[in-house]
Amino acid sequence: MNPSTITVVPHKIIKPPVGWQAINLREVWRFRELLYFFAWRDIKVRYRQTVLGAAWAILQPLFTMILFSVIFGSFAKLPSEGIPYPVFTYAALLPWQLFATALNSASNSLISNQNLISKVYFPRLIVPFSSILAGLVDFGIAFIVLLGLMAYYRLIPTLAVLALPLLLILAVATALAVGLWLSALNVRYRDIRYVVPFLTQFWMYATPVAYSVSIVPEKWRWLYSLNPMTGVVEGFRWALLGRASLDLPYILFSTAIVFILLVNGLFYFKRMEATFADLI
Amino acid sequence: MSDIAIRVEHLSKQYRLGQQAAPYETFREALIATASAPIRWLRGERQEKNTFWALDDVSFDIKHGEAVGIIGRNGAGKSTLLKILSSITAPTRGRVELFGRVGSLLEVGTGFHPELTGRENIFLNGAILGMSRAEITRKFDEIVDFAEVEQFLDTPVKFYSSGMYVRLAFAVAAHLEPEILVVDEVLAVGDIQFQKKCLGKMDDVAHQGRTVLFVSHNLGSIAQLCLQSIWLHHGKIMSIGNTQEILTKYVDSLDSSSGYPDISFSEDPKKEVQLRRARLLNTNESVKDKYQCDEPIIIDLEILVRKTVPALYGYLEVCRLDGTKVMVSDSCDITPNHMDNLKTGDHTIQITIPPRTLAAGQYSIYLNFSSIAGQKFNVDSPGTILRFSLDDMTSQRGNSRAGFFSALLEWKVTPSQKNE
Repeated sequence: MNPSTITVVPHKIIKPPVGWQAINLREVWRFRELLYFFAWRDIKVRYRQTVLGAAWAILQPLFTMILFSVIFGSFAKLPSEGIPYPVFTYAALLPWQLFATALNSASNSLISNQNLISKVYFPRLIVPFSSILAGLVDFGIAFIVLLGLMAYYRLIPTLAVLALPLLLILAVATALAVGLWLSALNVRYRDIRYVVPFLTQFWMYATPVAYSVSIVPEKWRWLYSLNPMTGVVEGFRWALLGRASLDLPYILFSTAIVFILLVNGLFYFKRMEATFADLI
Repeated sequence: MSDIAIRVEHLSKQYRLGQQAAPYETFREALIATASAPIRWLRGERQEKNTFWALDDVSFDIKHGEAVGIIGRNGAGKSTLLKILSSITAPTRGRVELFGRVGSLLEVGTGFHPELTGRENIFLNGAILGMSRAEITRKFDEIVDFAEVEQFLDTPVKFYSSGMYVRLAFAVAAHLEPEILVVDEVLAVGDIQFQKKCLGKMDDVAHQGRTVLFVSHNLGSIAQLCLQSIWLHHGKIMSIGNTQEILTKYVDSLDSSSGYPDISFSEDPKKEVQLRRARLLNTNESVKDKYQCDEPIIIDLEILVRKTVPALYGYLEVCRLDGTKVMVSDSCDITPNHMDNLKTGDHTIQITIPPRTLAAGQYSIYLNFSSIAGQKFNVDSPGTILRFSLDDMTSQRGNSRAGFFSALLEWKVTPSQKNE
């Protein structure tokens, strides 16, 4: 080798993993381009060979909104706190669908990339992370429709709208916290694949997407508010439409739960990581 | 800088038996097992340990700039070793020290997405293999050149022929520039022309002072590329050192341990085309492993086709024990290729090496089936499976004749015109 070129040779030691592993976020950062490429692949592939393409990102929440407006708004006449029911439910459907898609794709992400996992090395955390990124693009597209709806009903958002990014982070963090656990468990127990749709459906009814928190009996309100998605959904209504019934302490408490779940989800994932290639 | 590139110390990897066959238990089973554990414990039943060591106390050093071949039979631990070196799976015991970036190529086209175009897949696959976007952009033209797919860059790869697919996939991988390159049996696919090109590329890599670790069933490629080799057997190192010496020992061991020149294979329902039995016959259809140069050698193959595979073809190499390829034959050599779209069921294939073709000596036969339609089909690639020896008893020089051929050439003498 030419002595004038001094190259820093990366040095790596491979040893059997013992116990809990440190979470090497610096390595994930080093692979950030792969994160982007995976998300880019998921988005490109999702709508390729579809006739309507990205319009699906709008159609899904739009039709759900219409369905909810007819059944819960017109037939059941659920209260919507003085806001036109379509906007009331659409503002909740947006973060909900982001969450549900993210949770679903994160949970199945390792399995759907099993070929890669058994043949190439990269920090496995990239996989659930990127699957969530792809969902954010759909969210962005569907958000435009919300702006249109709000303009139609002459609803002008207040400064509270600045809280949206925080609520978005909370929704994504919740999906990631649960998704990390489920994706790692899914490698070992394929039952998880069947649990996820059931879980999201159940979770949706436990979240005020189609109805308002005000119809929940007062004495159960505290329990109900522990669901972080209640905070997110009501938070969205508050930030965009200026009306909601929720208490800040509950949101903070559920945020803390999400944070705890996220951290131990990361550690659990990291612990199981070494066995993914053998089990998948 | 130390001149060691890879240091492996007491490396061991344990698998649970059946872990690969039935990789996941169901949640219910796990629940039942957990719930009944105390009862079983009270009864004094202990969990039976169905484990085996895929790698067992393996140690070696590889220097920078060395190309090292890894040989061994199926299940010897070759792939497990490469997976540990590439950080895909963790060892159970021991340690590995790597001095340099590792690039691994355990499968051609990992991460290729059929719906994406050639251009898009170059970027995706490059990123998966650890290249940065800037690096891929810089090498993009070179990759496209190498793969010879310019016209189809914007076509989804699902429309590619398998040849194009493999070329593109290998081209991306070949432009990785790690200090340590780990390659597993990727040259079994693709046409011979391209295989040669790839081998040449890997040779360049080794000559640039980078380290190459190469697994192949094709002993000829190993002999061509690697000066040093490691022979693994049941997870342990049998021998390590000069490739020529190791290949000779390895082929010798195959001789004593398996049914050369008659070998049968157990059923593998996962394979769409499978070799059931391979034999070496003489003209009386009896099995033989010692031939005279004056008689034909008949390679008799029984294959089972479970599913019709388009553009199926067979490929064989006759090699000397040092790995030198003496002769290559392909079922596509003479049109029509009779293996193309072979109907389901059992078939017998006979390939005859005419008398007085090969020189006296010892030979092994490497066999491979493949399909132009490529990776969509699971086609058997048996590898080096047969061995025979040839004696030349009738010609003047007999077995002492040097060279690769035994054709006896006539020395025709006629009086010259000048005499007139």
